[in-house]
Amino acid sequence: MNPKPAPSPVLRARGLVKRYGHVTALDGADFDLYPGEVLAVIGDNGAGKSSLIKALTGALQPDEGEMWLDGARVAFRSPLDARGHGIETVYQDLAVAASLDIASNMFLGRELRRPGVLGSVFRKLDTKRMRTESAAHMSELKIGLRSLTQSVETLSGGQRQGVAVARAVAWSRHVVVMDEPTAALGVKESAQVLDMIRRVRERGLPVVLISHNMPHVFEIADRIHVQRLGRRVAQILPRDHSMAEVVSIMTGALEVSSEPGSGTVVTDTNAARAAGLTPRPTD
Amino acid sequence: MSTTTAPAPSKPPSQAAQDPPAWKRFVHTPTAGPVLALLVASTFFSFQSDQFLSGGNLALVIQQIMVVGTLALGQTLIILTAGIDLSCGAIMAFGSIVMAKLAAEGVLPPLVAIAAGIGVCALLGAANGALVTFVKLPPFIVTLGMLNIAFALTHIYSDEQTVTQLPGELTVLGDTFPMGSTDISYGSVLTIVLFLVFAYVLGQTAWGKHVYALGNSPEVARLTGIRTARLRMTIFTVAGVIYGIAALLLVARTGVGDPKAGQTDNLDSITAVVLGGTSLFGGRGLVLGTLLGALIVGVFRNGLQLMGVGSIYQMLITGVLVIAAVAFDQISRRKQRS
Repeated sequence: MNPKPAPSPVLRARGLVKRYGHVTALDGADFDLYPGEVLAVIGDNGAGKSSLIKALTGALQPDEGEMWLDGARVAFRSPLDARGHGIETVYQDLAVAASLDIASNMFLGRELRRPGVLGSVFRKLDTKRMRTESAAHMSELKIGLRSLTQSVETLSGGQRQGVAVARAVAWSRHVVVMDEPTAALGVKESAQVLDMIRRVRERGLPVVLISHNMPHVFEIADRIHVQRLGRRVAQILPRDHSMAEVVSIMTGALEVSSEPGSGTVVTDTNAARAAGLTPRPTD
Repeated sequence: MSTTTAPAPSKPPSQAAQDPPAWKRFVHTPTAGPVLALLVASTFFSFQSDQFLSGGNLALVIQQIMVVGTLALGQTLIILTAGIDLSCGAIMAFGSIVMAKLAAEGVLPPLVAIAAGIGVCALLGAANGALVTFVKLPPFIVTLGMLNIAFALTHIYSDEQTVTQLPGELTVLGDTFPMGSTDISYGSVLTIVLFLVFAYVLGQTAWGKHVYALGNSPEVARLTGIRTARLRMTIFTVAGVIYGIAALLLVARTGVGDPKAGQTDNLDSITAVVLGGTSLFGGRGLVLGTLLGALIVGVFRNGLQLMGVGSIYQMLITGVLVIAAVAFDQISRRKQRS
């Protein structure tokens, strides 16, 4: 339906397998992320969503399968390794060190030192420069803050998430992964985070968004990756499907052909009805 | 790792200009309470006793707190990681016996004996660290065990005997030099310098930021790429080295190697840390707060002494003070949150 020339994916994975004893978390999962898009990854609990994300960000090492970043084969040994390759992750509630200020958090683990002897011998941090750069990054994402010297624990949940997003964006060269970034937030703060995701996209960085929140997914995602039973069962465009249909695909009531926009096949009429769909006999 | 930079900012910073003034920020730091307490106590005692504010008396207060204060510095590092060290006093006692005995018996040259004593403390600190980091035992239990081990080692190695007739190198820190009309001990100066060094390290270096991040949440620290196992090991080992320096100060102050020394110093050091506004939950606090905490204990003991209050009542008041300080901290924090 969309015969545009397919750009090559920024991040690609084929046949990822991860077993824990007799439990198979990933069962030959594929993954494609294209330049400049917001890709939502959705799936029921136990669908292998978080295992997939962990594999992509180096937090777990798949037993089988291959990954490519910008066309080059990669295998991440650790989250640090993935970060070294320009993949930054924002974790739901593990984002910031509460008692440190914003600039310290932005540069945590990658601090800037003063030039000259002060930096090399006395290891003195360049606090001023870190504050200036932090302020610039925060304002670029339009995250309004009164002060950069206050500790992060005095900020609201949305602002805190803003610090985490700003840090990821500042350091990411290829991909920003956000794991349930709005799960702990209120309505207004969630809207702020979605706004931030839009600005990240405007900067040209692709975003992988893991979310349970269908309205958020439909509001922001360019494409949706549906994970089910350890593998990718569908890649769909939000405009081609209703929310109820997507939920049905997630739960296995509907199946979608691998061609984008080519419609769905009902495999479980009762489940589809329960999800609020009135299945047509043929599609 | 610190040579990489984030992409250069394009817009001028707009928020930084609106930071509150320094004094307002200070009021919200955990050090504000201890400063206030110290000022109030000093004012009170200066009205009670003419001697209190004399240079000689203040030098005496610092002299009295230098050992516990130095122990409390190492304790602060561990408490900042949400740990606790019950073994610091016992480790110090063992280190002091090792250096005193090796030097007095002429087994090693005095300076090497001092290094050996400090090294033993570093080793026991590292052993605490390894058990907490790699065996993942709670610091309370590990250091409780180490308290007993170090206590026993001290008594076995010393054969319950006080070591006397120490070479001059071991007691030089107890000597004084005149400053105006006041005699200041070299040990007091060393203690203050140690505090300043660690205030700098914690406040101005990446290592310091990582200590706080580890105390806030080990998981956050790990995910931002900090090598948390190595960091925790380093912290416990550095604390051990500091206990070794405290051992040297102890020997210098008393002039002997005393196997019975330091038995309540573990709790006294925790008292100083807590009075200094450092949170027992980790990640919040300042070493200069600990210095203030040690000074508060010292000032109270000294002031009450000058007023003729018995030592058992001094203990009573110190106990009330600790509970009051923690209660004050908790309540003010709850108010700030809500």
